[in-house]
Amino acid sequence: MRVATVAALVGACIVLAGCANRDAPSPAAGPTSTAPSTSTSASTPDARRSGYDFMTPELRAMQDDDGANPALLWVRDGEAAWNRPAGASGASCSRCHGEASTSMRGVAAQYPAFDAVTGRPLDLGARINACRERHQGEPAFARESDALLALEAWVAFQSRGLPIAPPADPRLEAWRARGERLYRTRMGQLDFACAQCHDAHAGQRLGGSTIPQAHPTGYPIYRLEWQGVGSLERRLRGCLSGVRAEPFAPGSEDMVALELYLAQRAAGMRVETPAVRP
Amino acid sequence: MARALITMPATAKRGDVIEIRTLIAHPMETGYRRGDDGHVLPRNLIRRFACRYDNEIVFSADLYPAVAANPLIVFSTRATVTGALTFTWEGDNGFAQTETALLTVT
Repeated sequence: MRVATVAALVGACIVLAGCANRDAPSPAAGPTSTAPSTSTSASTPDARRSGYDFMTPELRAMQDDDGANPALLWVRDGEAAWNRPAGASGASCSRCHGEASTSMRGVAAQYPAFDAVTGRPLDLGARINACRERHQGEPAFARESDALLALEAWVAFQSRGLPIAPPADPRLEAWRARGERLYRTRMGQLDFACAQCHDAHAGQRLGGSTIPQAHPTGYPIYRLEWQGVGSLERRLRGCLSGVRAEPFAPGSEDMVALELYLAQRAAGMRVETPAVRP
Repeated sequence: MARALITMPATAKRGDVIEIRTLIAHPMETGYRRGDDGHVLPRNLIRRFACRYDNEIVFSADLYPAVAANPLIVFSTRATVTGALTFTWEGDNGFAQTETALLTVT
């Protein structure tokens, strides 16, 4: 009898603990754990900051001025590529999608998204390549090539100023969970998890640089260190090799899972593409 | 041909000082760096930039290895006559590019 009561009590405690755990907001993301598009509640101010807020006034001015932001070179290249016929069919992006300013408005803010054909999520670059292979009959662009980055920048440019809006697609849940697990997993010879720097020590310094909160608000970005435009994937590779871990393979499931979690974590923040970062 | 972006007003009053911003896509490879294979990457620089207005050079600059990739050059000039401003970038490996922009002076 006594044993049974104790067991029941323990069971109740576990259930309660389970509930409490589920209701508690994740430490970094704030109130974004369930609803992807509505991220900030009115009562608590949003503690999330874009990398933009950690930059010098000079760099912010560079990003804000379309006459000085070098990423605009890629955006304009992407605009030209959007209207250029490609492949045997001679179909340009615009032939199917029309004006990017209307058809692509807000699209990049929802990526990565689930692709039914391959049965897995794709980031924006992979989606552009899929379109290129399936509909234009052209070989895919190399990942991280200027041609692909230009189209990515042009498409993402159409979402500038809009809130990041990860799709509420149940097929993505498991992927986001996998991404969050990766985000909190210690990796590499230095044995660091993403969360240790970007949650616990964000705003502090690592060497000469300020540690940002790791919100992917402006990709593809023009990074001064790269002297060019690069994708979120390239940025993540930089962090992974920084902690002496083997970087996830380009376009791999781990990579896109982490991108999905980061997008979820930044839901509601403004798209800045094309951003400039140190 | 590399892409270049020129930002300047399309019209100005005679005597106004106008600001002109030019951006050009260029790697500005210094010739001092080594690639992943250990070989020195050959130098590839823009060496000279010039802006002509009313058949006269109103601004020019020499560029050196310390200049970053995709150089931004900002300068100003006084609007005198309606006409084209011609921008030229010249550099290693026969790099030469010319862009023009029209300025209407009222």
